[in-house]
Amino acid sequence: MTLDELKPGQKCHIAKVNAEGVTGQRLLDMGFVPGAKIHIIRNAPLVDPVEILLKGYHISIRHSESKEIEIVVP
Amino acid sequence: MRRKLKEIKVAVAGQPNSGKSTIFNLLTGGRQHVANYPGITVEKKTGTYRIQEHKVFLTDLPGTYSLTSYSLEERIARDFLLQEKPEVIVDIVDATNLERNLYLVFQLAEIGIPLVIDLNMADVAKSRGFQIDTEKLSQEIGAEIVPTVGNKGRGKRELRQTIHKAYESKKSPRRLDYGKELESILKPLGQFLSKDANFSKRYPIRWLAVKLLENDSEAQRAVKKYSTNGEEILSYVEEERKKFISQYEEAPEKSIAHQRYREAEKIVGHCVKQIRTEPKTLTDRIDMVVCNRFSGLIVLLGTIYAMYNLSIVQGYKITNYTWPLLAGLQKFLVLSLPPEGFVFDPLLRAMPLGVIGGVIAVLNYVPIFIILFALIAIMEDTGYLARMSFILDRVFRYFGLHGQSVLPLVLGGVYVGGCAIPGVMACRGIKDEKARLATMLVVPLMNCLAKIPLYVLLLGLFFAATKGIMMFFIGTITIIIALGVAKILSLTILKRKESAPFILEMPPYHLPTIGGVLRRCLERLGIFIKKIITVVMVVMCLVYLLINFPGLSKERKAHYNSQANRIKKSFMKKIGEDNPYTKLLAGDGLINFTKYRNDYRAATRGVEEEKTKKVIEQKFRQRNFEFFKIVKKGKYELEGKKIKDKDAKKVHKTYKKVFNQRRELRAEKKKETIKGSFLGRVGIALEPITKKLGFNWQVNIALISAFAAKENAVGTIGVLYESPPTEREDRLEKRLGEKEGGWTPLHALAIILFMAMYPPCIPTLLMIRVESGSTMWMLFATFYPIILGIIFAFLAFTAGNLLGFSGLKMMITIYTLAIVFMVGVGFIKRKEKTVQQKTAQDEIHR
Ligand SMILES: Nc1nc2c(ncn2[C@@H]2O[C@H](COP(=O)(O)OP(=O)(O)OP(=O)(O)O)[C@@H](O)[C@H]2O)c(=O)[nH]1
Ligand SMILES: [Mg+2]
Repeated sequence: MTLDELKPGQKCHIAKVNAEGVTGQRLLDMGFVPGAKIHIIRNAPLVDPVEILLKGYHISIRHSESKEIEIVVP
Repeated sequence: MRRKLKEIKVAVAGQPNSGKSTIFNLLTGGRQHVANYPGITVEKKTGTYRIQEHKVFLTDLPGTYSLTSYSLEERIARDFLLQEKPEVIVDIVDATNLERNLYLVFQLAEIGIPLVIDLNMADVAKSRGFQIDTEKLSQEIGAEIVPTVGNKGRGKRELRQTIHKAYESKKSPRRLDYGKELESILKPLGQFLSKDANFSKRYPIRWLAVKLLENDSEAQRAVKKYSTNGEEILSYVEEERKKFISQYEEAPEKSIAHQRYREAEKIVGHCVKQIRTEPKTLTDRIDMVVCNRFSGLIVLLGTIYAMYNLSIVQGYKITNYTWPLLAGLQKFLVLSLPPEGFVFDPLLRAMPLGVIGGVIAVLNYVPIFIILFALIAIMEDTGYLARMSFILDRVFRYFGLHGQSVLPLVLGGVYVGGCAIPGVMACRGIKDEKARLATMLVVPLMNCLAKIPLYVLLLGLFFAATKGIMMFFIGTITIIIALGVAKILSLTILKRKESAPFILEMPPYHLPTIGGVLRRCLERLGIFIKKIITVVMVVMCLVYLLINFPGLSKERKAHYNSQANRIKKSFMKKIGEDNPYTKLLAGDGLINFTKYRNDYRAATRGVEEEKTKKVIEQKFRQRNFEFFKIVKKGKYELEGKKIKDKDAKKVHKTYKKVFNQRRELRAEKKKETIKGSFLGRVGIALEPITKKLGFNWQVNIALISAFAAKENAVGTIGVLYESPPTEREDRLEKRLGEKEGGWTPLHALAIILFMAMYPPCIPTLLMIRVESGSTMWMLFATFYPIILGIIFAFLAFTAGNLLGFSGLKMMITIYTLAIVFMVGVGFIKRKEKTVQQKTAQDEIHR
């Protein structure tokens, strides 16, 4: 399962980040590492992007990028 | 005697929004210097303070999450640290976000420069229920820690002292242990790198080893360039990376990042206790409204409208109050210039007059800029800007732009009235290089304030009945075209530009501080004014030369001079030899009187109050009593008696005629000069071509002269259609209507559309150069709107005539075409995206 499939309110943790290059590095730098917990907060008014809570801070991320993040829903 | 202070270089680094600038300002007080990093848009601030016998030079680095070479900010920050080699690094750490901040701490520690950790936002951390054991934290990280509350000024002294102590001790911070698997590569690699003694002086070896293993392109370049055995090292790293990947099925850069986070998590676990958890922070509650599907849009529209209204509309009203001040300044400056002649003015008067006028015209917009910059600073400080991008990203992405493009476009003038200069400057906030350039290049297509007068003139003349609806079409067609153009740009010439992933932190809301907002506002204003004024001065000189040279031939000059003499002679004849004022007005007397009368009229214009009027009159009376009698039409007081001077009255009456004749003569001369000038010749030469667009040579000249400032267009048309001098400026519409009986609404529409697409004014172009860091983009921004304008004018005029459409019908047709164009271009997106992804993947596989 990937991050973009979740609905607001759901929680999960990261299994693997598939993105490479700029996007991959950027995700790593922002704390998208295996095991990190994610809470989906809300969708933007036009559905994309999505606001999530990661390690205590809020990030907005587009569907195209969150597709690269494999997650596990407990 | 004062000893020379020893200098210490200190860098302020940290993640975005951790309070770097706040701490920087706190440490340096007011003493700072703002500039741009050479060639790029990121601001570079340096400031100083003294401690004991040292002078500390502090530099505020851009906020970075990491130190990779993928983004501009990160490259700047690390280039500074590696090349300038500061003696101490102060890392501003956001205490509420310790884990992620530690990720950067570890990277900074690797550089080996003495490190001080400023644990900022200590107040917020406390109020959220975090308890941080700073002593333990300091031990685990291996660097000194100072807790601060930046915006309240707490911790300033301790921080200064700790920085000083770190400088004296010269102790390198502890480096992170990456674990057996990685260290077994890093250690030998470090030894390998330090074989070249010169090279290891230039770069911190540990840091470089980690970067090489991370496959960092800049690090590879450095090794190749400066190390004697560069090729050998690179192939060794390549080999080790391959081995690592095949063994652990993970790229080393990922393992490295994971290890940093693992360590950070561990340290946070040891040192931070959360004694209570807030169920919902204030930020969460605000966001429930601000980011909501319905109320969010209302808040957004309200904010945009408020910004537009406060800055552009209200700011414009303020200029009504500031204008007299500027006009006073202008008058004062003009006074110091040589006086005007009867027909020909000395060059030293005419040229500075243009320059002063140009500078004053730009300064007139300063109130608008102050408000705008302050509002932008508030938006940045509060954190709303990030929400704005969140809400709008979807729409703008469709056109190759970015959620943050909304502000620049609004400032540029989404409907009618804006200014491209702050619009271009506001692009600075856009993190995605591609979208930033695209936004910057289309902002000038918006309707800036200066385009409006020409619209109003032509609409009033040719579309009197449908003025409102036409204004709507013109006001909105520009944004439609701008979006389409942005899309095309991002698909073509901007294709190769860096496009950052949209992973945006939504920081908690902060109340902005007045000092902070003011400081930022004034900083930007300062940069703006300095840049603009110098360039405007040079450009206005150039424009003057182009529009006045080579000038009239000798014969024509003689002709005008003889005309002038005729006017003067007939004046003398009319007032008669026996008039007591004749002598006074002979020779230079007439022009002296003209100057006196102009000054008098300027001084008394709009003065209502009797008392002030008296004072002014008294002044002029003292300046020249005889002239005073004339301007008072012979009615004045002398020693308490009212006197009626018939001779003076007659002189005044006759003079008025002369005055008008002189105006007419000067206007005729000006028209002839412009027509024969370099610019005029170009305008005439272009006429055969521009006929297809509906432009005659007068329009050509007017449109070309608008290049310096668009306000010029109406003014130049005014000069070229100048007719009987009794007619005043505001009757220009009538003159145009009468003289250009041949003009149809299609002519007018073509001109309007060309003006709507008009290239940016010089100050905007300059700003584009500054913000894009390239002259090429500036030139591009100059030329593509011309082509666009030609296309639209051609459509309006030639196609309109072929179809036999009315002006309004043609406008609607073009409007529809523009919408089709915008939507059509928007669709290209999805295809392109997959292509891009594919090439990106190809690159990785290679
Ligand atoms: N409550 C609180 N707010 C702070 C503190 N320090 C800074 N701020 C606020 O945090 C916001 C961000 O501060 P800045 O100094 O602009 O942060 P920065 O690190 O320079 O941000 P960038 O340059 O965007 O990376 C401002 O609104 C400050 O007023 C602090 O210790 N406590
Ligand atoms: Mg800052």
